[in-house]
Amino acid sequence: MSLHTLTVAELSAGLKARRFSSLELTLHFLGRIEKMSPALNAFVTITADRALADARAADERLARGQGGPLTGVPIAHKDIFCTDGILTTCASKMLSNFVAPYDATVVERWKAAGTVLLGKTNMDEFAMGSSNETSFYGPVCNPWDPNRVPGGSSGGSAAAVAGCLAPAASGTDTGGSIRQPAALTNLTGIKPTYGRVSRYGMIAFASSLDQAGVLTRSAEDAALLLGAMAGFDPRDSTSVDAPVPDYVAELSRPLAGLRVGVIREFFDKGLDPAVGALVQDAINALRAAGATVRDVSLPALPLSVPTYYVVAPAECSSNLSRFDGVRFGHRCESPRDLLDLYKRSRGEGFGAEVKRRIMTGTYVLSAGYYDAYYLKAQKVRQLIAADFARAFGEVDVVIGPTSPTPAFALGSKTSDPITMYLNDIYTIGANLAGLPAISIPCGFVQQGGRDLPVGLQLVGPHFAESLLLSVSHQYQRLTDWHKRLPTEYA
Amino acid sequence: MSLTRAQVEGIAHLARLEITEAQLPVYVDSLSRIIDLVEQLATADTGGVEPMAHPLAEQVQRLRADEVTESDRHDKYQQNATAVAAGLYLVPKVLD
Repeated sequence: MSLHTLTVAELSAGLKARRFSSLELTLHFLGRIEKMSPALNAFVTITADRALADARAADERLARGQGGPLTGVPIAHKDIFCTDGILTTCASKMLSNFVAPYDATVVERWKAAGTVLLGKTNMDEFAMGSSNETSFYGPVCNPWDPNRVPGGSSGGSAAAVAGCLAPAASGTDTGGSIRQPAALTNLTGIKPTYGRVSRYGMIAFASSLDQAGVLTRSAEDAALLLGAMAGFDPRDSTSVDAPVPDYVAELSRPLAGLRVGVIREFFDKGLDPAVGALVQDAINALRAAGATVRDVSLPALPLSVPTYYVVAPAECSSNLSRFDGVRFGHRCESPRDLLDLYKRSRGEGFGAEVKRRIMTGTYVLSAGYYDAYYLKAQKVRQLIAADFARAFGEVDVVIGPTSPTPAFALGSKTSDPITMYLNDIYTIGANLAGLPAISIPCGFVQQGGRDLPVGLQLVGPHFAESLLLSVSHQYQRLTDWHKRLPTEYA
Repeated sequence: MSLTRAQVEGIAHLARLEITEAQLPVYVDSLSRIIDLVEQLATADTGGVEPMAHPLAEQVQRLRADEVTESDRHDKYQQNATAVAAGLYLVPKVLD
């Protein structure tokens, strides 16, 4: 039995039955991280001492017959979440010296559930990117092919879980940053409804779109970990005060009678035909299991990329104005005056893509352009949300590919931002409409002698996380794509 | 639409970002391409459509009682600042 290939649910059962201790498990994962993380570049910070202390505390609880299903289970957090007393960089030079003075709610809740913190994972700088190549700490490699990207922005979390360096990791998703890396690394990744998980202590990118979620190797694990993360938090003004269902208990809901809508607009000329064929196979499998399948049309959806590249940079330019070289973060040497302090601290501290987005946002919000760009984008956003709402009058979930292609080569899309932005063409709509969405493994395509994973995306109505998780779980009972591991890391 | 060099310099100033001479043409090019992309929005008929500012339409902004709920932790917070003295953040002189 290899401890690192077990799912969270299996680890939980093993810990409870005392087949292994949390300390053994934690040492095993720390050993793998030490050996294998340098090549993947999945971690920014490894919190070995903290992990061992967490593990010992968990073992004491387990020995007393206490603790819950996550007690003693090692996890990793994306380095966008503030961790009290631990470096929290957002993969930016700007925060390369920032020791967070408090825990994010997500961190606090997983800690309270008894998890063991292995470390903080690499990511695109300030979560701006789709390939994990904008990180100040360098790109992350895909465990399925070291010459390819793991997707982004939660690329370090994806590589860590896909490479079995952690059983599960947190992520954040503003335009696809959980789902797209999950698709490219054969993981299950869920972005919940906007407001379902607290944003407190999660470094802000675009506040009306940002949501935290999880990357795991099964829908069952995602249910366990999302349940421990979700729920009302008075410290986040957009947190929704609604009870959190028992996601694990609801996994057994059958597929029979499920109404599935296939998003016609997603099967466009940009979709790799091999990816499209695997997604179609998955849809056929759902139909064979008793779901009814029909096409749905979301005519405003093709405008989701231009809408996003107004709304997200606008919010980013406002959010990132807090980095002024004064209270925290990078400060330039010997500033001449206050303006010089601001300009040079920000010019030196932010990477090229972050600067590009701040400037895009500044431009679309500036006098004379606000109506043409920002107000217009907010109206198109309304049309996109209305398209989804109309579809959910007819079907329970809508379905399609997560990403137009499998993982692409490192460096192949960095020269043109537009080419990079189009990776998120199928994922952005759910963020704009605030809807929950999940990506699950649905097969492999062969490229360059490598098997590359493909993701199937399901989007549901607001607060339908348990439906998305149960459909995914039932699909995973019929298939074994999600159980495949990259050979070098199995 | 192509942005000019002067426009990009103006945007960088508004955003308080120092952009080097070498980087400037790169931003002129990429920002112009991004603006071209977002101009596709003009094709959408949005007559009578309300702008959407929040993804959950039914959500209302919560208010809380005006009470002190946090303790003073400025010592801890200021450990992340490069220049502090007497509990204050230091910046270059603003007034002569």
